Amino acid sequence: MDLLRINTAGSVDDGKSTLIGRFLNDSHALTIEQEELIARKTKEKGLEDLDFSVITDGLIAEREQGITIDVAHIYFSSADRKFIIADSPGHVEYTRNMVTGASNSEVSIILIDARKGLLEQTHRHYFISSLLRLKTVVFCINKMDLVDYSEDVFLNIAAQINKMTAQFSHTPDIHVLPISSLKGDNVVNPSNNTDWYKGDTLSGILHKIIPNGIENEDFALDVQQVLHVQNKEFTDYRAYAGRIISGRLAVGDEVTVLPSGTKSEVIEIRKFTNTPTSANAGESIQLRLKDDVDISRGMMLVKQPNEKLLSKDINATVVWMDEKQASLSGKYLLQAGTRTAVCKLQAIEAVIPPENPSQTYEASALKLNDIAKVQLKTAAPVFLDSFAANRLNGVFILIDTQTNNTVAVGFVA
Amino acid sequence: MTQHINPYTHLQTLEDESIYIIREVVAQFQKPVLLFSGGKDSITLARLAQKAFYPAKIPFPFLHIDTGHNFPETIEFRDQLVKELGVELIVRYVQDSIDQNKVKEETGKHASRNALQTVTLLDAIEEFGFDACMGGARRDEEKSRAKERIFSVRDDFGQWDAKKQRPELFNIFNGKIHFGENVRAFPISNWTEEDVWTYINQEGIGLPTIYFAHTRKLVKRDGAFLALSDYLNLVETDEIVETVVRFRTVGDMTCTAAFVSEASAIEDIMYENKSSKSSERGARIDDKRSEAALEQRKKGGYF
Repeated sequence: MDLLRINTAGSVDDGKSTLIGRFLNDSHALTIEQEELIARKTKEKGLEDLDFSVITDGLIAEREQGITIDVAHIYFSSADRKFIIADSPGHVEYTRNMVTGASNSEVSIILIDARKGLLEQTHRHYFISSLLRLKTVVFCINKMDLVDYSEDVFLNIAAQINKMTAQFSHTPDIHVLPISSLKGDNVVNPSNNTDWYKGDTLSGILHKIIPNGIENEDFALDVQQVLHVQNKEFTDYRAYAGRIISGRLAVGDEVTVLPSGTKSEVIEIRKFTNTPTSANAGESIQLRLKDDVDISRGMMLVKQPNEKLLSKDINATVVWMDEKQASLSGKYLLQAGTRTAVCKLQAIEAVIPPENPSQTYEASALKLNDIAKVQLKTAAPVFLDSFAANRLNGVFILIDTQTNNTVAVGFVA
Repeated sequence: MTQHINPYTHLQTLEDESIYIIREVVAQFQKPVLLFSGGKDSITLARLAQKAFYPAKIPFPFLHIDTGHNFPETIEFRDQLVKELGVELIVRYVQDSIDQNKVKEETGKHASRNALQTVTLLDAIEEFGFDACMGGARRDEEKSRAKERIFSVRDDFGQWDAKKQRPELFNIFNGKIHFGENVRAFPISNWTEEDVWTYINQEGIGLPTIYFAHTRKLVKRDGAFLALSDYLNLVETDEIVETVVRFRTVGDMTCTAAFVSEASAIEDIMYENKSSKSSERGARIDDKRSEAALEQRKKGGYF
């Protein structure tokens, strides 16, 4: 069984929670407790159709205000696939939580109300999906039951979507389909009301996506820790523990230590009591080298060192996530994987409004939820690649050294 | 429908992710600890910690907050496991907090020491200066848990502020805290109950005997079966029965309901869990107090 991570965003009005509830319900994945809660709350609120939102809005404040504030994680599996859904807020003031939810996803589901067409929120959500280079974006034109399942309405919105996505250089695989979460059309079960639609249901689309498709082939590993063991069985065992960011490592490979540039040969890969001859991206391993090399946490092992990895000048797009504004020359702690370095905000080149990405403007400070192109200078190299070339090694966060808060996420150009 | 079906691919991913998180906790904090309850989730966490550092020993102690209302089988299992792993076990007792008048024992039919644990836990964190407490909580357990980050910052008073959670992105965990604050870290956040059972089965991990079918004296109350013990305040309508049951989740004897079941092999347990359609938290009577019961306890510093 494989694992697919999905992000959904939107406000309650879009029917996002209803869609998730419908998906679980028609996939027969709701627990008895969830079914009882839905029935009880629907009755309390005097609603005609089942209120599925109660299973995703988990915080007291969310239920009080009727909005989603923070990401909820929902887990379920079908016969051959396990899904993790990050149910994220759509309101502009919670953009940071939407980015959080989308960061670990491969697929984004964007809901559009058939009566309203594309809204500012739709543009923002698509912009973030594109910024995060998600592999697939599925546009669900929802509430088709309220427009008499009209093909014209659907085609009109599909044309608006085409126009929007044409503005971006990174284009994911795009699917557009007509659904009704409330009535269950084309969510899990194909609809009889949309004979003109010949494509897959949402469930069908989500089952056909191949997870972890394109991977960067260059080997990179963050050194998390150095382990040293001295006992009867392991005499002078010294190993480097970390998770492979990208590429593949085999016993016998030569690796280069960054930043020192020292080279050595891998003599053992270990996973608990197993010593496999190779390991791939995503695996948490320990490795031993032939030579006694000076390696500690914060260093990186690669096979193909390049100038970019050692650069202290970083051009990136950042999403500002803190109430406290970012100002020019501000100093932050940059963290990428397990590496950290102090950095300075050298320049704010342009702020990008997600609703209209071509209308960039200049600014001297960054406000909460601003998205901007910036230049940073780090005190030491942090071995970052470009986000487009190597997703997990092209991203960093900025930490405010006074509050310790995570104040920004950055994507290296 | 999918092109390639490998039964353990997703579990492998989850294991690799959890090991990465456990190593991050150890690398980023001065004084981490693993909160060990003796339940299947903390036992799974203990195994992942062992895997993260082997052949080195687990580099942090285990802390058990003993309510005094545990199943004796759990305590026996706990002592055996820490001996095998060679880790230090610290036990702090809710009874001591009661004796020191820091908390008041609940009374009545539903009296439980589950909520009282918080005070004992926070005292232990302060006593030892722990800055990171790892726990086996999973996001699929309950809907306020579903909102919590993997590194969850608690203030000086151990409180969780749901509205002020730090963004947590990609594989980057920000463990920076101020003196006096601590982080609760949840390495198996993304595992489901089914994943845990599958992993236990695959890895051959041992569990306390109460997870498997056994004959036991029980109290039948409001349609649920509770273990008969000295800790349960009996009321007139309670009915005492003896039957074959197992426990699906293990908390205190006073608030964990038993399932009538003959399942004594893990495969049978998994099959039963799947067909029952009920969630394991359904057996935790303390969560049923209100829709927001767990969120409110967590805000106060509950694990």
